[in-house]
Amino acid sequence: MPSAENPGMPEVACKVFVPRDTTARSMGADDVAAAIAVEAARRGESVTVVRNGSRGLYWLEPMIEVASGGVRHAYGPVQGSDVPSLFDAGFLAAGEHGLGLGPTEEIPYLARQSRLTFARVGITDPLLLEDYRALGGYEGLAKAIRLSREEIVDIVTESGLRGRGGAAFPTGIKWRTVLNAEGSQKYVTCNADEGDSGTFADRMVMESDPFVVIEGMTIAGLAVGATMGYIYLRAEYPLAIRIMNEAIEIAEAAGLLGDDVMDSGQAFHLEVREAAGAYICGEETSMLESLEGKRGMIRYRPPLPAIKGLFGAPTIVNNVITLASVPIILAEGAEYYRDYGTGRSRGTLTVQLAGNIKRGGLVEIGFGRPLRELLEDFGGGTATGRPIRAVQAGGPLGAYIHPSQFDAPLDYEAFAEFGGMIGHGGLVVFDDTVDMGEQARFAMEFCAIESCGKCTPCRIGAVRGVEVIDRILSGVDESDNLLLLRDLCDTMVAGSLCALGGMAPFPVISVLDHFSEDLRARKIQ
Amino acid sequence: MSTQDSGNGTDASDALVREIAARHVARPGGLLPALHAVQDELGYVPPEAVPTLAEVFNFSRAEVHGVISFYHLFRTTPPGRKTLYLCRAEACQAMGARALEEHTRARLGIGFHETTADKRFSLEPIYCLGNCACSPAIMIDDFVYGCVTPNRLDALLEEG
Repeated sequence: MPSAENPGMPEVACKVFVPRDTTARSMGADDVAAAIAVEAARRGESVTVVRNGSRGLYWLEPMIEVASGGVRHAYGPVQGSDVPSLFDAGFLAAGEHGLGLGPTEEIPYLARQSRLTFARVGITDPLLLEDYRALGGYEGLAKAIRLSREEIVDIVTESGLRGRGGAAFPTGIKWRTVLNAEGSQKYVTCNADEGDSGTFADRMVMESDPFVVIEGMTIAGLAVGATMGYIYLRAEYPLAIRIMNEAIEIAEAAGLLGDDVMDSGQAFHLEVREAAGAYICGEETSMLESLEGKRGMIRYRPPLPAIKGLFGAPTIVNNVITLASVPIILAEGAEYYRDYGTGRSRGTLTVQLAGNIKRGGLVEIGFGRPLRELLEDFGGGTATGRPIRAVQAGGPLGAYIHPSQFDAPLDYEAFAEFGGMIGHGGLVVFDDTVDMGEQARFAMEFCAIESCGKCTPCRIGAVRGVEVIDRILSGVDESDNLLLLRDLCDTMVAGSLCALGGMAPFPVISVLDHFSEDLRARKIQ
Repeated sequence: MSTQDSGNGTDASDALVREIAARHVARPGGLLPALHAVQDELGYVPPEAVPTLAEVFNFSRAEVHGVISFYHLFRTTPPGRKTLYLCRAEACQAMGARALEEHTRARLGIGFHETTADKRFSLEPIYCLGNCACSPAIMIDDFVYGCVTPNRLDALLEEG
């Protein structure tokens, strides 16, 4: 409002940040944004509502922020009905309120993280390019343009970055293979088919910092001489699709994508391709088939996609988080990134706390911290307040981890030692009311639904797996069928063509090993 | 081809499918985006679209059918006015998705892949909406709702 009528009012409208990320909206952020606008108008206060990304403190969503004295202060979880009382409390000047959380950056959950890949996530409107640049965006690409292809690949290799989609393959080695492969046309593809339950890091970064994905892919294109990139983005993420498409248009208009990227004389074009709900298309060769417009049947390997990938051309296939980690590595140097982490797991892991957890959200942290610290110190135990009985790490193909294993450090190799998998970093927590027999059954059911059908162990094995578990649970030849189930798991692990059939038995085996009391005949059927 | 088809609706949708196919045929891997475009326009991919798409893309009908049937999110029958996607994956299971699923089936009187008799809702399973810190989650058309209790679900169905 004009200061002529209210001399005490600031000239500049007060900014209130209300996240526009899927989870924040799923908890009512749109209502809150509307209520703030209405209440501000009613009171004659000059307020600008900024729809930022989410900080990833999801149990506090909708978490709104105000900038007061150059410091962001948070309130949450806010509902539309809380808005009048927030105004009464003077929240625009960081006034005290029951929902007050203090300065955002001092909230322990956030303060204890090492946000490198997620450095900008949640701070600004994700589609404001000038904000992205003001917060260090496009410094990595600017540096990459001054380097040779080999030098870019060297830096990524030296950083120790490994594929964050789950397989943890060294990114630099993959890029070098594509760089050295013969081909007049090469591609960079971003696997944004984040299908693992308990994971949302890809969605978050695409919704809350889309330019970092674009910048990372552009650097990858420069590194290997690829002029075309595709983001294979799941249809279950309509908002991420919308935001990524808008960000690509903005980047094109700014000369950051197109025939002459940042006046480098090099071309890089980018396109979002919408997936259609098949989990298997997160497997890289299946994703390539789908990008070619076909059924997402997996391919035999070799040849590797790096040699013969999309449309038969040398192709980088990297996960969203992998690509989003590249700009900071270029901008700050390989050592900066490598100094985080432990052993052969360098840099940061984006842990996603999900399921039955008190403080669910995104925790980016150097590798090597014990699982227990994530579950208890960050997560605060279960949402229901009951004891944790099991944690599934690494998505639907990951083992169920028993509480006796919670001291394991979050490190790819340490997890592999006990048959666990960090995968894409999702941790799904279950309390002691969980029926682990049902969870084992679901692992096989899910594999049966999602199998591409190319190989027999997966296509038939998963169906037989459900049947065998049903027989066990209904008390038919229990001990024989338990033996048969192990045998079937061995066959699927050893005989399947890809990770779906090859790993779907892992959760089942973990139930057999650690929760066998639940794989018994049920009293009531 | 099927231009001799009966009603105006079919002719109109055939023209639409042909126009969409023509728009996507030159794009590498254009069949998937074309199928999305058809479904966005018509709400589903009608069986009559298959020969038209096959013709324009120079695929066999079997190939086009194979692509449509491979992907869970392409549907070949008209949806209800709204589609309710219920997440069945593990994070939601940990927060009561199984009970929510039973409640929804009972409430709507239909199972998965079915549409209510009054055509108000279609019910589809979905395996993860990426809303796993606020489980259980559902999506109605393209809007995701978190921490959905049976009561909240009932309220959302009333609104719909």
